[in-house]
Amino acid sequence: MTSQGSQGSPGARGSHGSEPHGPPEPREPSEPREPAVRLDHVSKSFGGLKVLDDITFEISKAKAFVLLGRSGTGKSVTLKHIIGLVRPDKGHVFVDGREITQLDARALSDVRKHMGFLFQSAALFDSMTVGDNVAFPLRRHTDLPDKEIRERAKQKLADVGLEREFDKMPAELSGGMKKRAALARAMALDPAILLVDEPSAGLDPITASEIDELLVQRKHSGATIVVVTHNIPSARAIGDELAVLHEGHIIAQGTAGDLDRSDDPLVKTFMRSEAGG
Amino acid sequence: MAIVDRVGGSVLSSLEFVGALATFGGRAIVSAFRPPYEVGEIVRHLYQFGLRSMPLILTSGFAIGVVLSMHTRATLARFGAEAMIPAGLAVALVRETGPLTAGLLVSGRVGAGIGAEIGAMRVTEQIDALEANAVDAFKFLAVTRVIACMIAMPLLTVMMDFAGIVGGFTAETAVSGMSWQLYFERSFLYLEFSDLIPATLKTVVFGFLIAIVASYLGFTTSRGTEGVGEASTRSVVMASILIILSDVILVKIIFFFYPQVPA
Repeated sequence: MTSQGSQGSPGARGSHGSEPHGPPEPREPSEPREPAVRLDHVSKSFGGLKVLDDITFEISKAKAFVLLGRSGTGKSVTLKHIIGLVRPDKGHVFVDGREITQLDARALSDVRKHMGFLFQSAALFDSMTVGDNVAFPLRRHTDLPDKEIRERAKQKLADVGLEREFDKMPAELSGGMKKRAALARAMALDPAILLVDEPSAGLDPITASEIDELLVQRKHSGATIVVVTHNIPSARAIGDELAVLHEGHIIAQGTAGDLDRSDDPLVKTFMRSEAGG
Repeated sequence: MAIVDRVGGSVLSSLEFVGALATFGGRAIVSAFRPPYEVGEIVRHLYQFGLRSMPLILTSGFAIGVVLSMHTRATLARFGAEAMIPAGLAVALVRETGPLTAGLLVSGRVGAGIGAEIGAMRVTEQIDALEANAVDAFKFLAVTRVIACMIAMPLLTVMMDFAGIVGGFTAETAVSGMSWQLYFERSFLYLEFSDLIPATLKTVVFGFLIAIVASYLGFTTSRGTEGVGEASTRSVVMASILIILSDVILVKIIFFFYPQVPA
């Protein structure tokens, strides 16, 4: 794929057809206290394996929620539920008060325009340059002139320290660089909700802390952040609330201080580990 | 009993595949008429499927023209009908050899590419990334390729026909010294629009089948790189089989509307 050449085409702006210039504005919540994200008794199985079992939590607007847990416990699946890439077998997922499991493809697409997603595998479009990857959401969902889109994409790449990689192909980047480029793409539209799957995996400690700082800045500018990580220092730096997922259940939830005081051996082990993930 | 079970299982899975493919194709047709139309992607695929297939199509067409000319000469010379070589070759090329060969060549080149590319995007979560970016991945990846393939196929077929006639002329002039003007005059003597148009337009169906099969197999890829390779190979095999089978039906339909009664 190349960068979508249909910038400004009617189709590139979804069902409304009259998007404003610039990234979509975060929608006003239907109720002032409506959480940004709410999972209500969500269960999900793949084949015979139950990955999520009656999960319930909610995330307030402009807060950072960190999901912790051992590998394969369903953290990424939880994130994919929030953006509608996976539908629950039971339960409901609400985003800005809208039940997204009931939405048709077009309505779900409208919800997704206000969300950014960093995949664990980065999932950069390997037929596009890094710059075009970051510009992709801007070309699809805004009417901005190409020059401004390029400027914004460069700025987003500069935010993650990759301004010099604009014209490179994803295959030319290291794993950590791909992750940062994918984060820049996820943040391209300054989404109201940013879902981040292991942002510091494969990064050196200095870069990891810079990414943490970037996520904190996004939170302070009003975005809701949901982070999946194994990196406890990152979780402490970013998270207003942390939850530990184990065998399909949330076994602990609260502030970092709350989890530090937990009696659960697994939670204790997690919170005492200072190694980056 | 084990054999019956196995045969029954194979038949059921084949029917399941055909059903899923038909649903996928139907969805693509419906989706093609709904915005966004993704014109940029269609043009990009047209370049990849059409323009970049031209060397293969022209070379093959030329070679087939040469070979057909040699065979036709060997046959017609027995009856002293060498003068009919250009016409016989042109009719054979335009009616069947050109469209079918172009379809099979494109299924090999383009079908394998589509299956592998979409399959790789599936296993590396790039399709999920498109959806997460509020893009209809089915439309963006599958429908655009189907439309491009349907447009490219008849154009490539005309090129193959032309290259075949040029190949036939080259072989003929080497043997008999026939002039370019005479060869073309004789080529088109018995060729009518009813030979050219339906036979060329049937390749729109070939294009549809190639892109639908390859896109479906790409979208349903699993098991990592092994799955990608399998999607690529199966795309070529399935598309080739479907092209040949559909050709039987399409030729029958063409004969129904344009009966081949000698004048």
